[in-house]
Amino acid sequence: MANIFDRQGETAWCPGCGNFGLRKIMLDAIAELGLKQPETVFVSGIGQAAKAPQYYNGNFFNGLHGRSLPAAAGIKAANPGLNVIVESGDGDMYGEGGNHFIHAIRRNPDITVIVHNNMVYGLTKGQASPTSQEGMVTPIQVDGVFEEPLNPIALAITMDAPFVARGSAGEPEKTKELIKQAIAHRGFSLVDVFQACVSFNKINTHKWFKEHTYFLPADHDPRDRLSALKRAMEADPMALGLFYINDNRKIFEDKLAPYEKSREPLYSRQRGPEIVNEILAGKK
Amino acid sequence: MGANEITIVLAGEAGQGIQSIETLLVDTLKKCGFNVFATKEYMSRVRGGINSTEISVSEAPVRAHREKIDILIPLDDLAIGHLKKRISSSTFVLGDSTRIKYEKLINIPFQRIASEFGNPIYSNTVAVGTVCGCMGVGEEILDAEITAKFGSKGGDVAENNIKAASSGYAIGRELKNNGIINISIKKDPTAAGQLLMSGADAIAMGAISAGCDACFAYPMTPGSSVFTAMAQLEHRAQIAVEQAEDEISAVNMAAGAWYAGGRAMVSTSGGGFALMVEGLSLAGMIESPLVIHLAQRPGPATGLPTRTQQGDLNLALYAGHGFFPRAIYAPGSVKEGFELSAKAFETADSFQVPVFIMSDQYFVDSYYNAPAPDFSGEKYEKHIVKTGADYKRYLITKDGISPRGVPGYGAGFICADSDEHDEEGRITEDLDGVRNAMVEKRMRKMVALKEAALAPVISGPKDYSRLIISWGSNYNTIIEALSIINDAKTAFAHFPQMYPLHRDTAALLSMAKDLVIIEQNETGQFADLIKLETGIDIKKRILKYNGMPFSVEEIVKALK
Repeated sequence: MANIFDRQGETAWCPGCGNFGLRKIMLDAIAELGLKQPETVFVSGIGQAAKAPQYYNGNFFNGLHGRSLPAAAGIKAANPGLNVIVESGDGDMYGEGGNHFIHAIRRNPDITVIVHNNMVYGLTKGQASPTSQEGMVTPIQVDGVFEEPLNPIALAITMDAPFVARGSAGEPEKTKELIKQAIAHRGFSLVDVFQACVSFNKINTHKWFKEHTYFLPADHDPRDRLSALKRAMEADPMALGLFYINDNRKIFEDKLAPYEKSREPLYSRQRGPEIVNEILAGKK
Repeated sequence: MGANEITIVLAGEAGQGIQSIETLLVDTLKKCGFNVFATKEYMSRVRGGINSTEISVSEAPVRAHREKIDILIPLDDLAIGHLKKRISSSTFVLGDSTRIKYEKLINIPFQRIASEFGNPIYSNTVAVGTVCGCMGVGEEILDAEITAKFGSKGGDVAENNIKAASSGYAIGRELKNNGIINISIKKDPTAAGQLLMSGADAIAMGAISAGCDACFAYPMTPGSSVFTAMAQLEHRAQIAVEQAEDEISAVNMAAGAWYAGGRAMVSTSGGGFALMVEGLSLAGMIESPLVIHLAQRPGPATGLPTRTQQGDLNLALYAGHGFFPRAIYAPGSVKEGFELSAKAFETADSFQVPVFIMSDQYFVDSYYNAPAPDFSGEKYEKHIVKTGADYKRYLITKDGISPRGVPGYGAGFICADSDEHDEEGRITEDLDGVRNAMVEKRMRKMVALKEAALAPVISGPKDYSRLIISWGSNYNTIIEALSIINDAKTAFAHFPQMYPLHRDTAALLSMAKDLVIIEQNETGQFADLIKLETGIDIKKRILKYNGMPFSVEEIVKALK
């Protein structure tokens, strides 16, 4: 059966780009979960990965560079019933949007965040990203990257993000399952997905990711935060799979005043004048 | 001392409880049946420094800052130096000689009296009692106010405060009976039943009356005032309130909320708004409604964080890369604060543009009694359509406004893209076709937006030869100054909307031989905008930029 979210047509991606693999994984995951188009909103920032929502049939909010997470929180604040899926790249999410990433985990809206992590900037043509590994030479980092790469998995676990996983575009089946679990899980769910940039990252290729990753063993307990953090700190090889899960975090939109008694979205509500008059009368 | 009004100033260090004296005194005097006005000036610190609160009490409505001080109550010796420019030979200075050194001090042993009740903090209540005693009013009302304010604190706090007030009252009555300070102001029978609202309250209530159901901000003085007012009402009015990690987040949350069907406002000040600028441009591109309350304070950079200015008009006017329509309102009174805040939501929603409510520290922090705002209880309109499968978010229309759908309401897809986009909302680089059509569509919204611009409010004679022009919080100050000047040929044009300008602006200005603009900034930003839009160059510019608001006396002097 044709996937209702699958929008045929040209993309702005390079042939062989890892985005294609992840797009297929995403389409399969949302189809298998049976998500409905009107109730689903894709949110993204700017970059090659952030164009992903353009190539789905559905609602999207393709906002500013680095600002997908605040927009996604605002969408949940206005309508908690929407499935909000954020899809963006490592530069957008961890660089320009780094502060929002930290605070969105604190805020904990019920959103799913899929990060295309190819360890390089694509759309601006090959500069280092926050996840670029030490030593990578680029037109800007001419002597090689010296900064410590950002570790999104460890960061998210230390912030007590309720769902923290890493997939790889080269592992479509398992990654699809992780994304399905992430969407189904309430709260801020992160799936960082390794993928290759065929144009600008000659180090971290499809083959490299295969050789430098492994799946967490079956006995890994995702409810054990310290053991999850320990796995997250491993540099080579890097683990894939579900690192950490916490079902007990309070959800942003649940705590907002409009949803104390009802989940009705804001668009269908109308505030009566009596409330205004009552508050004004109190100012006498 | 003027027979019909007095101005009382309380001054002391931050943390000495000036604000609690202020609210106690203002609430009591208003309930006694006087017209009251209160404003404050304060330093950017939590403890220490010198802050002062000014309270005017009058038979006639009083709504503006005065330079003169009739009664000064310094709680700290530094207050005398801080306010020396405003202290005259006719100012009564009431204070405790153990703390205040002033030649003509009327000594009241506040500390000693307070310590009789076990806590020096009661000296503030003694001071309130003293003022009421000098006026010969309000003893019972004061007791009731104290019970209302301190009753929940438990123990004997309320009881001790009532005793402290009573001691103060006795002292005041003695000062009055001995003819040392004899204040006798006639009451206004309408005052007691009116509302007591600050500019911040008015803006918050106006927003709520227009269906504002989401408010996001990062704390920044003086913008926080409206954010706080909204948060205080979040449960009663069912508002989604969130303190964002920064202003960038706040404005993007607001854009997300509007996209999904909320009616969101952000509240900030110059520096915080500077961070929102890219988000403003986003609202322009995705044609999102957005309401921005911009409470101005002196810049550049951190400037004077707790002071007032009207220096961000150019910022609001030109912020954002690329062209997109916008509207800028600036309320001049509490009444207008309510009305324009509500109007901002209607304009933002119906035109799908960002709309500014420009206020300033002086505006948000000042309050006075006034009749309830004109709120008919009419339903505010949500300009949202139910979408069909063939829905196009950016449908090209004659007036440039495309019907706005929200996700989940109908079968259509709601696609918002910060890139240039086609009618569906999807990214495009079709330059001659789609790009031009979209630019022209967005530009077309300016036509109707200009048509809907609010007319300047003219006060004074219709056959004026001199026209005073101003905007925002100067309104009441100029009105009161003009009533003192009482010149048959001088009128005042207050602009509640600065952009787009009302079509009659040039004609109204051309009728005067003499044009004078009054603004709280260094250059005359609104005068420059008027010149740009009408070609009329207003050369006489009364400008102030030290961080204090204009006083009635200053305006009188400047216009005489």
